[in-house]
Amino acid sequence: MRIGVVLEQWPGERRVAATPETVGRLRALGFEVTVQAGAGASASFSDAAFEAAGATIGDPTTADIVMGVRPFSVDRAASARPGQVWIAHFWPAQRQEELALWAASGATVLAMDQVPRITRAQKLDALSSQANLMGYRAIVEAATQFGRFFPGQVTAAGKVAPAKVLVIGAGVAGLAAIGAARSLGAVVRAFDTRPIAEQIQSMGAEFLEVKIKEDGDGGGGYARVMSPEFIAAEMALFLEQAKEVDIIVTTALIPGKKAPLLVTAEAVAAMKPGSVIVDLAAESGGNCENTVAGEVADVNGVKIVGYTDLPSRMAEQASQLYAMNLWHLLDDMTRAQGAPASVDQAAAFHVDMEDEVVRPMTVCHGGAVTWPAPAMPQKTAPPVVAKPAEVVAVAPKPPRKPKKKSSGGHGHSAPSAPPSTAVLMTLPAAGLLLLVAGPFLPAAFLSHLMVFVLAVFIGFQVVWNVTPALHTPLMSVTNAISGIILVGGMAAIATESGGDLASPTTIVAAIAILLAMINVGGGFLVTRRMLGMFRKEA
Amino acid sequence: MDAQTTATAAYIAASALFIRSLGGLSNPETARAGNLQGMIGMGLAVGATALLLPPAALPVLAVVVVIGLAIGGTLAQRVAMTSMPQLVAILHSFVGLAAALVGFASQLGGHHPTGAEGVIHSVALYAGIFIGAVTFTGSVVAWGKLEGKIGSKPLTLPGRHGGNLLLVIVVAVLGVVYAMNPEAGLPILLIMSGIGGFLGWHMVMAIGGADMPVVVSMLNSYSGWAAAADGFLLQNDLLIVTGALVGSSGAILSYIMCKAMARSFVSVILGGFGAEEGAAPAKPADGQPVGEAVATDVATLVKELSEASSVIIVPGYGMAVAQAQHPVYALTKLLRARGVEVRFAIHPVAGRLPGHMNVLLAEANLPYDLVLEMDEINDDFPDTDVVLVIGANDIVNPGALDDPSSPIYGMPVLHAWEAARVVVFKRGKGAGYAGVENPLFVRPCTRMLYGDAKKSVDALLAGLSAT
Repeated sequence: MRIGVVLEQWPGERRVAATPETVGRLRALGFEVTVQAGAGASASFSDAAFEAAGATIGDPTTADIVMGVRPFSVDRAASARPGQVWIAHFWPAQRQEELALWAASGATVLAMDQVPRITRAQKLDALSSQANLMGYRAIVEAATQFGRFFPGQVTAAGKVAPAKVLVIGAGVAGLAAIGAARSLGAVVRAFDTRPIAEQIQSMGAEFLEVKIKEDGDGGGGYARVMSPEFIAAEMALFLEQAKEVDIIVTTALIPGKKAPLLVTAEAVAAMKPGSVIVDLAAESGGNCENTVAGEVADVNGVKIVGYTDLPSRMAEQASQLYAMNLWHLLDDMTRAQGAPASVDQAAAFHVDMEDEVVRPMTVCHGGAVTWPAPAMPQKTAPPVVAKPAEVVAVAPKPPRKPKKKSSGGHGHSAPSAPPSTAVLMTLPAAGLLLLVAGPFLPAAFLSHLMVFVLAVFIGFQVVWNVTPALHTPLMSVTNAISGIILVGGMAAIATESGGDLASPTTIVAAIAILLAMINVGGGFLVTRRMLGMFRKEA
Repeated sequence: MDAQTTATAAYIAASALFIRSLGGLSNPETARAGNLQGMIGMGLAVGATALLLPPAALPVLAVVVVIGLAIGGTLAQRVAMTSMPQLVAILHSFVGLAAALVGFASQLGGHHPTGAEGVIHSVALYAGIFIGAVTFTGSVVAWGKLEGKIGSKPLTLPGRHGGNLLLVIVVAVLGVVYAMNPEAGLPILLIMSGIGGFLGWHMVMAIGGADMPVVVSMLNSYSGWAAAADGFLLQNDLLIVTGALVGSSGAILSYIMCKAMARSFVSVILGGFGAEEGAAPAKPADGQPVGEAVATDVATLVKELSEASSVIIVPGYGMAVAQAQHPVYALTKLLRARGVEVRFAIHPVAGRLPGHMNVLLAEANLPYDLVLEMDEINDDFPDTDVVLVIGANDIVNPGALDDPSSPIYGMPVLHAWEAARVVVFKRGKGAGYAGVENPLFVRPCTRMLYGDAKKSVDALLAGLSAT
């Protein structure tokens, strides 16, 4: 089973679909790898490095599996043959005609942009891994264009105000941008149509809200179209913020659709000269009215960064992450769930049209267009992380963010609640029962019973709020106290033996006393020993 | 004032002291005083009861008491803190046996009242011996499982629920037979003890290792009820009060443990956790994240720790087994001296005994205010750089939250996976004590550090000291 890694043909694209590291890992699964000459050069991976990792340099398109980053060009489709599997980004929604062409070739095409958003697929979610990079790079680009410090400082030469950054859309890219801007010391605000204040705040940014209450979560992580009132309020908010902030990062990129307009020319005009806008959606039309794709535009001193190659600007890192996404995909496709890795699993490679990850990614198979995939029965729990909505999300899983409270709902186990009412109700109920039975029972028994019931009750009350740290000492002390049974042994001797020290009663009771005494001694002393260890920090 | 009145007064004082003792034990500040009050109460109770004995019996009593104290004291001094669960379990068995013997002693004395009192006497005697017998064998099995002398896998005999039920019915029928003619009831009591002993053995044999905290606190509760039953038998209020206190306190602990595991008490008692009858053994469900756990090494972890600003340590039974609490504390000191925030997250059922981890960490001198409960710390994981999971498994299993097919689904767990990096110290590959696969190990943020926990932490200490 041979894998081919192509040299990207897209202008300005510097990433590569494999690195020497993943070549090594692929070979460990039993794959042979052919890398097109110069494929990794722009990502700082030389042909020699690939060869050292076990790859051969040659024509990748004759391999069984052909891997790339950007969509393959149409002329590649001509060299595709039935049985081959081609893997790269594809964006099928925008390339329906090409899709037909690829289907006609008989080859199978897997689109890395169609990875389903389920927990199992996170490790091969290329959109996420690249969005994370883009968010970070957006701040780096902004800092390059920005003429001032990010952090506020009080220096001998005077006071410097911190830069104010507004991030619109808190998906993976947005959250990564918040994190990067915060690390540089900026004051960060963020906006999202969904109620995800917690995630934004956890990254250290302030969550901006519009007055109108409307949930932008359209389910499945995608956005709902917001009402005109909401959009108007949103625009007013952005205009207001534009006057104040120094840097705006917009991340509203909806795969396969034109990006929504968020920053109008009016808002740009309202910004202070020297301010910077980074538009991560430049390639699909831009979130800013003045964005010029691939360039830095200057409108009245406001710089609008419209680079469409942010991942390529970090080609080495981007390639590493993307190549690992691909490796995980191939590992997944060649290994039964739960089976150990093996050196010959490459032989098991096949396109499983029943697999919940592979099926949605497969856009052409067996000569037919297989996109869009029919809805599959959800076998997994819903994705751990909701995907950002309208304004958003280049992808789902941010590098690190808290889950919503709801998932923490299970987390309350402390016995802070009092005993359940059921327990409390049993006591009066038992009392009533006794009231009925009472006249038939001996008085002495009833008084003992009362003592018993009261003691149970006191026990509940006293022990209820014990701190978990003391569970063990509490148990060993109750252990010692339960040694009180020795009093029973003594009482048995006193009342039942008739003073005969050699009677069976005395002997048996004496053994009981001995055993109970072990408990008394052991329980109290070990509790003392344990408690002696508990100390508060001095 | 005659001896009986003195004894009664002393009993009242002792009861009050025992209540104060248990109350004191619920807070670290008052715990030591609580323990002392318990000792005084016990001293009063024994002293006062001695007055009731025939003088000739006193030397015998003294000898027995001294021997018992000596054995108990030696056990208490010798026991390693990691073996605390075993000690507690074996002590429970002593109480159970003693309670049963007190019942027999009374039977052998041959005084049986008649009428309604006679019925109560018979029932109390019968119940005391039965509960005592169940507690005795159950505790011995629990001890054996904790000590590793008996395999921790649940023993599931075919038709065990039906069998147990049948035996309980037999015990009840025998009880009626016994109550009709208690004077000649010794053989019946012996048979019943045998059945009770078998039930205790069988019940705990069927309970998996992960449920041990519940079992131990449940047996604690039983030992109290046995004492209370003997109190009814001997018409001794002190026994009733103390037995009820211990019984209810153990019941609460069991309840807390069950709640911590999101399991019903009944399902724990019926046993067979992790190997439900008729259900396939736990295996990764379709669509569950499956992958390969990524191993890491000490050098990498040293680097990660030296770059971290906040660290949470999640200890589990593995830490106890490896005796790693001392190096863990040394590691904590070192990191804290460098300004790293280090805290401990304790799951309610970490270890094999409620509060087991707290005791171990306290033994290692760790200030208890660094040790936080699950609810106190669960929200802090997302802001944590490195989580060290030392010998814990099921209590950090994300499957409990999101995988309904997981046997531990619904159990509250520590959200370790929300941190930037989770390093799991593990002896070897394989499922946890509960026999459940842990998807945490294959999460992208997780790294595995295989090997003995103590050696790993020692190596980590050496590495960190060198940087």
